[in-house]
Amino acid sequence: MAEYTLKLRRYDPQAGDAPYYEEFQVDLEPHRSVLEAILKVKAEQDGSVGIRCSCRAAICGSCGVRINGRPGLACHTHLDKAAKTGVNADGTTILVEPMGNMPVIKDLIVDMDAVHWKKIQRVTPWLINKQPVPEREYVVPHENMVDVTQTMACIQCGACVSDCLSMEVDPEFVGPAASAKAYRFVGDPRDAEQYERLKDLAEDPHGIYDCTHCFTCIDACPKGVAPMSQIMRLRRVATNDHHIVDRNNGERHERAFVSLIRGYGLLHEAELLPRSYGGDSWFGKFHPAAGQQLLESLPVLARGLATGKFTPRKAIFGHRIAKADLKAVQAIYDKVESKPRRYELNLYISGYEDDDETAVPAPSESESA
Amino acid sequence: MKVAYWPGCVSRGFTPELHGSMAAVAPLLDIELVELDRACCTGAGVIAEHSQELADTLNARTFALAQAVEGADLMMNICSTCQGAQSECQERLDANGEYRDAINGNLAAEGLSYEKGLTNKNFLWLLVEEIGLENLKKKVKRPLTNLKVGPFYGCYIVRPTDRLGIDGEHPRDHYMHWVIEALGGTVIDYAGVYKCCGFPIITMNKDASLKQAGRHLSDAQDAEADCLVVPCPLCHLNLDLQQPLASKAVGRADLSMPVLHLPQLVGLALGLEPKQLGMSKHVVKPTSVIDWASAVVGAPAAA
Repeated sequence: MAEYTLKLRRYDPQAGDAPYYEEFQVDLEPHRSVLEAILKVKAEQDGSVGIRCSCRAAICGSCGVRINGRPGLACHTHLDKAAKTGVNADGTTILVEPMGNMPVIKDLIVDMDAVHWKKIQRVTPWLINKQPVPEREYVVPHENMVDVTQTMACIQCGACVSDCLSMEVDPEFVGPAASAKAYRFVGDPRDAEQYERLKDLAEDPHGIYDCTHCFTCIDACPKGVAPMSQIMRLRRVATNDHHIVDRNNGERHERAFVSLIRGYGLLHEAELLPRSYGGDSWFGKFHPAAGQQLLESLPVLARGLATGKFTPRKAIFGHRIAKADLKAVQAIYDKVESKPRRYELNLYISGYEDDDETAVPAPSESESA
Repeated sequence: MKVAYWPGCVSRGFTPELHGSMAAVAPLLDIELVELDRACCTGAGVIAEHSQELADTLNARTFALAQAVEGADLMMNICSTCQGAQSECQERLDANGEYRDAINGNLAAEGLSYEKGLTNKNFLWLLVEEIGLENLKKKVKRPLTNLKVGPFYGCYIVRPTDRLGIDGEHPRDHYMHWVIEALGGTVIDYAGVYKCCGFPIITMNKDASLKQAGRHLSDAQDAEADCLVVPCPLCHLNLDLQQPLASKAVGRADLSMPVLHLPQLVGLALGLEPKQLGMSKHVVKPTSVIDWASAVVGAPAAA
């Protein structure tokens, strides 16, 4: 047995008092879960502690909380590991708080309906059948269904939503869980509305291009769904297969970035900005949208020039790698881009060779337009 | 030690003071930098978003060039975004032989090939794991006494933890705290330590992007930090170059938070002059850090 200090954030909005932290001493073996410690406190010390839970086996997704500042399932986190996690960890104190980005109902219980489920509903989380519906089952390629299994592992616990850093500043962002759910159907060959789903999410100012690529959801997910990776796949299918040019500059930014590296080998920052707004050519900067941005950026550019951060020469001409190397890079572009099928490796499906030498499925090729 | 050095694009573009300060600091730490000037951009995750195979091939080329540097102990970079993008590609290349062979096939025309198992470290990791904090402490000539530094790790060198080799033995998400302390400074804990600067969506959702930067700067200022230190030039762009706009986005006209690149902070403690470290190139003048009169950091001690 070991002694742990469970520090719980207590809050009852109906009582009208401010939130506060309360410490409880718990005697439990180190391999027992944080949830067991909370339930022990509830049973033996204070029955008013609010926690939502059910299966206690990381299947139902009810007990999402923040443990020492990190989101996760209380039932899926061992006490010893929890007490060692975080910069301020002392090995015995475990701070448990409700998940973020969602309003607190009581103590560790948050209002999932107000945020998480609303966003899930927003992405039309069901299959829209391709017509005609076959008399028996649809016959679909195995690879296609394997491709969406990662998103199907989601248990709707909300851990990714809790700490999404984009949602923190933009609560309207569709968010990681709902985006993963969207890929569940975008990647399903039986679905009739791949284009409409993607167009909708690309054009939404709080859609797939609002993700800031911070990897927080990948670390938060107890099931390996990697929501951010699914967002990147949504973007890939939207831009490469459907050429959806969105009002958020998502497609233009990607195209400009990819083609600037082809042209220079290195990033030409001063060209990337206008092209992201005005389109991917040297003339992009003369587009009204780019013009407005350049105008707004003038103080920034002036500051950069004034401090000697960049020279006018660098701002105009950029920098590039040597000619022979640039040619090699362009040859790689030509070779890869000329392939009719996307060649990808998803480690969630293939696993790591060292883990199991005998069974490593080959990388998959998927259809691209 | 000799390292195959990947400086990245932005450190030679819009934040030249980063590349410059690294070059100035390296000899003091006995690091020999062999610049990978033939390599191209890592794609910063954007090329991978466009085509995984293209990003993996371009980075495999960089890895192969690094492996060809004679006598180099490992590959080093000074940009978190590069580290993150490269680690993602390397994870796939190392995990599956068939995939690696296919990607190497794309490099065959140039006679290059990537062999599994390259060691690629961010300068921060190298500082702690290769040079060592004790060794670093011995080299300090101007201890950062009374300097309150807020570490800003950003995203790419702390997440995802598994891919970046962060575990009990290598708590790389604590390293910046340790380095600040080793240099004699005081670590300031504030809400934004591990958050995102917002830079990746600056062209897609400018308001949200600037709000992220503004919020972290405000949190650090309210926690009474003298400055922030970042391991990534892109964070520097949003936190320093865009600071005037970020402060507007969060309605904080009082924001004035100097942001230092990691090699600058190290260089300052090792006795280099602010000018040698390119600190005049910052938008927010690091006066609170380097103004010897109001002296948070004093002149270097006599050798």
